[in-house]
Amino acid sequence: MIATSTMLNGVLLGGLYALYGLGLSLTFGIMRTVNLAHGDIIVLATYLALITTQVLGLTPLMSLAVLVPVMFCIGYGLQRLILNRTLKDGMMPAVIITFGLSFVIQNGLLLGFSADRQVLRQGAIETMGVTLAPGVTIGVFPILTLAVLLVMIFALQAFMGRTLLGRAFRATSDDPATAELMGIDGKRIYGLAMGLSFAIIAVTGVVMGIRSNFSPFDGPARLIFAFEVIIIGGMGSIYGVLAGGLILGIAQTIGGAINPTFFQLAGHLVTLGILVVRPSGLFPETIERD
Amino acid sequence: MAESQIVPPRPYARTSSAALPLFAFAVILAALITLPFWATGYTQRSVLEFLYFLALAQAWNLMAGYAGMMSIGQQAFVGIGAYGLVVMAEDLGINPFLTVPLAAILAVILAVPVSWLLFRLKGAYFAVATWVIAETVRLTVNANIDWLGGGRGRTVRSLGQFDRHLREDLGYWVALALAIIAVFGVFFLLRSKTGLALQAIRDTENGARSVGVETRRTKRIVYLFAAAIAGATGALIYIVQINVRPDAAFSINWAAYVIFIVVIGGIGTIEGPILGTLVFFFLRGMLADLEAWSMLIFGLIAIMMMLFAPKGLWGLLNTHRPVLLFRTARRLPERFAPQKEGE
Repeated sequence: MIATSTMLNGVLLGGLYALYGLGLSLTFGIMRTVNLAHGDIIVLATYLALITTQVLGLTPLMSLAVLVPVMFCIGYGLQRLILNRTLKDGMMPAVIITFGLSFVIQNGLLLGFSADRQVLRQGAIETMGVTLAPGVTIGVFPILTLAVLLVMIFALQAFMGRTLLGRAFRATSDDPATAELMGIDGKRIYGLAMGLSFAIIAVTGVVMGIRSNFSPFDGPARLIFAFEVIIIGGMGSIYGVLAGGLILGIAQTIGGAINPTFFQLAGHLVTLGILVVRPSGLFPETIERD
Repeated sequence: MAESQIVPPRPYARTSSAALPLFAFAVILAALITLPFWATGYTQRSVLEFLYFLALAQAWNLMAGYAGMMSIGQQAFVGIGAYGLVVMAEDLGINPFLTVPLAAILAVILAVPVSWLLFRLKGAYFAVATWVIAETVRLTVNANIDWLGGGRGRTVRSLGQFDRHLREDLGYWVALALAIIAVFGVFFLLRSKTGLALQAIRDTENGARSVGVETRRTKRIVYLFAAAIAGATGALIYIVQINVRPDAAFSINWAAYVIFIVVIGGIGTIEGPILGTLVFFFLRGMLADLEAWSMLIFGLIAIMMMLFAPKGLWGLLNTHRPVLLFRTARRLPERFAPQKEGE
């Protein structure tokens, strides 16, 4: 019973981790540079949701109607106004800028909201559980998270595979120079990709805020989980994100069941193990590019 | 090209050996060595901190600025050096000051297998993987090894055998030696054959490989050098601070401060990190009472520097007339010099 319950909880936790990884995988796959502020932007989205719920009196889930477009615009602006200016100098400027941004967001949130832990209140659903068998109870909201994740993954897969814009995304990922020759505006594609990533982050941030409490310095750990999901799943693969999230979630819950202090460590060790045996991850889709 | 002159070809391009403004260096060095005899304790402690940040910055700059290895995980080796100090001084009874070079060796021994893993990765993947490794080491030390004191860490009690002033002075000289080794180690490395390879890698890695540069070997030398400096610095920092806790010893801030320093000063030069460390200490002194604001401002400065002055303050100073304190760039032999129009 304990084993089943541990596995189920691992899968449900993995759903949240896959959400963390989804937005990062998108920009990583297309721009080939890592947004080191990814985790902090998730936390920023959670705080924006907190403000929206307090000011407009909406529930956290309803606040997404405001938050998703706002975050899309922030992401699009960040890429077009700041990150696109440094593209010619390789990946280092983007890495340093997002690293700096990470400290700006953390300390800005600390100054604005103090270090106290906060929560988003959605209501009864937060604590509801379903008992599947004696001793095996799972939360309703984690199941909902997994459902949200699956919907977003299928939607993103359909968008990338079937629409003209999705094709432009993939072309830019494979070979930006040739894509430009075909009339694709690479800088606009990068902007849209970052915007889309931020829109996904908005959903991620709200889900995270309802599931657990949060504080201004929670970002870096979220970035590491997101990155591990991508390492395990393979760069650029949308289904890989699902696999990576589940493996990371299960590894952590199993590690935590053995000894509470092994919780995060087990995830790191699985990630490093994957790097040893398959450095490009389980289901890599993007091609090597210098 | 009216007539071609026969210019005796130079065997190879190299800067002259009298490249350093030696006199200025001698004065600064003499002042630094004698500092414990004439400066206040506060000044001495500040300069000590300056020196170890300078050592870390030089090592990171060599790695990121020349070899293109963007590490955000050097705190792994700072922490390993710190715990090397604890184990060697407390459990093995080695003189704490002697553990500084031993910590460097320990860091190199651990950096070899880490480099096998990391060197399979490129660019952004490399960057975050260094951080994951640092977190893995931190969590391992933090929770699972009781002998290292768990989350509360351990105190280096054997430092009690030294008189406080003697301890501070010795610590200061060790820091000075470390900074000199870092600065001049980088300087002589860059002037060597390996340095030529590194500068080629900095300019274009694939191009360097195509003309026979052993990029992997060159990068490994740099990575191990940076690990050694970080390990020695870690041991030194906790000789001064005495109390070793995993959260502090493996803190991402060790990487963050160093990245801010190098970005402010100028990446890919020796002068840049020196200038950057000076500016960093000046700014930190001004913002001393505003912890959150200071990190926010350093983050903003890093963003602004990358956008408007990617070569840092040293690059700005050098826009019009090159000032070269450390001559590491190579001159093209005249026979290869670009020919001007109408000649």
